[in-house]
Amino acid sequence: MSPADQGRKVSLAESIGAHLLLVVAVAFALYPLLWVVSLAFSGAVEPTPRVLPVPIEPTLEHLRGVAFSTLQVPGEPDRWLFGLQLANSIVISLATALVGVVIAVPTAYALARFEFVGKNGGMRALLATQMFPAVASAIPLYIILDGLGLLGTRSGLVLCYATTAVPFAIFQLRGAFETIPRDLEEAAMVDGATRFEAFRKVVLPAARPAIAVTALFAFMSAYNEFVLAHTMLGREEMYTVPVVLQRYISEFSADWPKFAAGSLIVSIPVMILFYIAQRHLIAGLTAGGVKG
Amino acid sequence: MVAVTARAIVKRFGATEVLRGVDVHVPDGGFAVLVGPSGCGKSTLLRLLAGLEDVTAGEIRFGERDVTRLAPRDRDIAMVFQSYALYPHLTVRDNLAFGLNLRKTDLATIASRVAEVSAMLGLDLLLDRLPRALSGGQRQRVAMGRAIVRRPQLFLFDEPLSNLDAALRAQVRVEIRKLHDQLGATSVYVTHDQVEAMTLADRIFVLNRGVVEQVGPPRDVYDHPRTRFVAGFLGSPAMNFLDGVQVDAGGLALPGGQRLAIRDPERFGDRLQPGRTVSLGVRPHDFVVRPDAPDLTVEVELVELLGPELQIHARLGGRPLAVCLDSQSGVARGDRLPLAVRALHLFDPETGQSLRV
Repeated sequence: MSPADQGRKVSLAESIGAHLLLVVAVAFALYPLLWVVSLAFSGAVEPTPRVLPVPIEPTLEHLRGVAFSTLQVPGEPDRWLFGLQLANSIVISLATALVGVVIAVPTAYALARFEFVGKNGGMRALLATQMFPAVASAIPLYIILDGLGLLGTRSGLVLCYATTAVPFAIFQLRGAFETIPRDLEEAAMVDGATRFEAFRKVVLPAARPAIAVTALFAFMSAYNEFVLAHTMLGREEMYTVPVVLQRYISEFSADWPKFAAGSLIVSIPVMILFYIAQRHLIAGLTAGGVKG
Repeated sequence: MVAVTARAIVKRFGATEVLRGVDVHVPDGGFAVLVGPSGCGKSTLLRLLAGLEDVTAGEIRFGERDVTRLAPRDRDIAMVFQSYALYPHLTVRDNLAFGLNLRKTDLATIASRVAEVSAMLGLDLLLDRLPRALSGGQRQRVAMGRAIVRRPQLFLFDEPLSNLDAALRAQVRVEIRKLHDQLGATSVYVTHDQVEAMTLADRIFVLNRGVVEQVGPPRDVYDHPRTRFVAGFLGSPAMNFLDGVQVDAGGLALPGGQRLAIRDPERFGDRLQPGRTVSLGVRPHDFVVRPDAPDLTVEVELVELLGPELQIHARLGGRPLAVCLDSQSGVARGDRLPLAVRALHLFDPETGQSLRV
């Protein structure tokens, strides 16, 4: 805000108008979410049409039903199925983010800083991979994983996710590295750093917000992905949460309250992650827009 | 401290030849300024000295040591960047200590050097701040401090003042020269600002299109420019040039039918054959009012008062001419102004070389 704006008095009418507009916008965004909350806590099985999303016959039964589902195998002790599935999702998503960032950081740096044969061709090839929907590669990936004996495993799914997460991360990070002035590395090298030290001690810290955002995106896309997970994972205890949620809504019956309850629980890890990363996120999203 | 010698330096970027056989020698403890218009290759030359670019051909020596192929970290230099290049995630203290930490200097030495330099530059109270919480002038000081704290053999400056406002620039300029005199380290300084070049340098290198046009002490280069380019580049307002002036016996035929006598023709040897055409150069400050025996008379078109002096836009035989006179001269628009010329320069119209022997 410029000093001129700060000194300006906002009239009451303007203030009311602005707030009304914001209230409408927030209501518009939150209304569907409130319905999910309402459904999750409603005792009635069928959603009834009404305006206000207030739970009918409030209960925690659906939440419990989802969260404490168990896997029963004859002859073995019961296992906490939902716990396994949530852990699957988190492990797979974290691994995807890690693989994505570890591969993309050096690649993006090279693409941002060095001239080499095949650079432009490589960039175009990476861009091309972004034009196809993930579903298009589902069958080839299935065949490859089958050949590698990784079908139905977490590492197999991470590999699939990496095929889309890595190119995207490379694009994001290349842009971020390009906004970091070369002077910084050159100053470090004159100060006595090798190129690698300059990268590690100056470029990486300066790119930290962008790396955090990229990792978060990779995590989220893996955490939300359904088609590949549904295709590659065969056994119930290997499922990720989107597959679990989808199973409440089948062709013949729809358990909406459980679906809603599941959605709420599943959102918790993401909300925690966003909360932790929000400082980096805001810095990352505005990076480059503001000159020092 | 070390002498810097660069011999026959050529630098090409693809098909573009940025430096075309440049020789530079800076004696031990000297302050050299590389000056020239943008694109003349001065920054590239500095980056070659720093090792941030590789030479295409030629040799660079620091003292007896051949550093042509050495990495920047092995050259024992410090550089102040135009952008300051402060590490944004480190405090002022850590920025200052960065190079010493990399070289595994012991912590007590680092602390005492950082304290010494921050006292020298007045950074004591800023040590725990991040660069983004500093003003432009403060950032500039930190960049200077980061260079000084390492006690390098050679300081390189890449237009370090160009992001400061005019008042601060003048102040820091003086400080840089004082620091140099205090530390005695060899310095190479790049600028496009001729005031910085004139005031800071022991030795000016005027670069143009990838070659050194002239080298020498500032006074010498200013008073005796060897080419028309150098004459026009140094000095503000720029030197007046009158092209197509004909030499006659002992004088010059000026536009508009006036004649200018050359008082010391022996300066030009036998180069002033009557009938040849030359380019005449006179600095605006080399005119004085002389009503009794003027060298020439000009018509005043516009007078600007700059405080201590008048900048006069005049015409000589229809050609524009800038004249600077004392503000008490009482010159007004429309006057016919009788002037004497204190110093004149003659150049070959084809080659631009000075005709002085």
